[in-house]
Amino acid sequence: MSIWEYANPRKFMSWTGPFVVLFSVLAALFVGVGLIWGFFFTPDAEGFGSTVKIIYIHVPAATVAINAWAMMLVASLIWIVRRHHVSALAARAAAPVGMTMTAIALITGAIWGQPMWGTWWAWDPRLTSFLILFLFYLGYIALWQAIDNPDTAADLTSVLCLVGSVFALLSRYAVLFWNQGLHQGASLSLDKQEHVADVFWQPLVISLAGFSFLFVALLLVRTRTEIRARRLHALEARERMVNA
Amino acid sequence: MPDLGKYATDILAAYAATALLVAGIVGLTWRRSRRVRAALERAETRAGHNG
Repeated sequence: MSIWEYANPRKFMSWTGPFVVLFSVLAALFVGVGLIWGFFFTPDAEGFGSTVKIIYIHVPAATVAINAWAMMLVASLIWIVRRHHVSALAARAAAPVGMTMTAIALITGAIWGQPMWGTWWAWDPRLTSFLILFLFYLGYIALWQAIDNPDTAADLTSVLCLVGSVFALLSRYAVLFWNQGLHQGASLSLDKQEHVADVFWQPLVISLAGFSFLFVALLLVRTRTEIRARRLHALEARERMVNA
Repeated sequence: MPDLGKYATDILAAYAATALLVAGIVGLTWRRSRRVRAALERAETRAGHNG
């Protein structure tokens, strides 16, 4: 069977049902363990004091925010090339979740920045590109809402997603590109010199897995809702034609 | 409760804001899912009755 058959709306609804429960349970478990471990059972960090505890929500939220846009990019490309409706609906479903994660990253970053940098906000490359990413999420959601024809909306939002991908990329690599600003480098890295100490890294990775599972669970529920909404609109349109 | 020292307000505010936003997106997702599912079931019942 071709992989594209899984994107058939009826097939998608049948195979994703069990995964909603699975990913919801995994999300609750990993977020719970990661945050409790990080909050209650890790020491203060040298130079950062107890503010290091914000890392367990800030880094996972920022990572999911960027990867949600990457997922939307892949789904948009599939829509543009193969015209699979489920891929367009999945991109639409991911946007509010990605926007929420971007907001969490911005807010927790600002709260952390005030005591550490002495300011809530700076026009630093990474912070600025993240703010622009948030605005792209807002624009993407608004564009879907503004256009009645779903295929036209999918076309235009896909193009917007391609453009916004530049800022998603910048959000990830801004520190490397400009090598300036307040924001430090990667907290999670394969480079042992760069990434945080193991005592912080372990709960951070668990929390990151939890946020990722949460994203997938919400994505599945929201995509299933979009598929149902599409079927509902079709039935309502048919009703109107019959009654006219 | 760990001793958060002088940063207690900042840390608790960050966790509270995150909890609020996550609860918001989960709540909105769940509510819309229930509403659309119920509306679709009603529409399918009507469509079934109308042949």
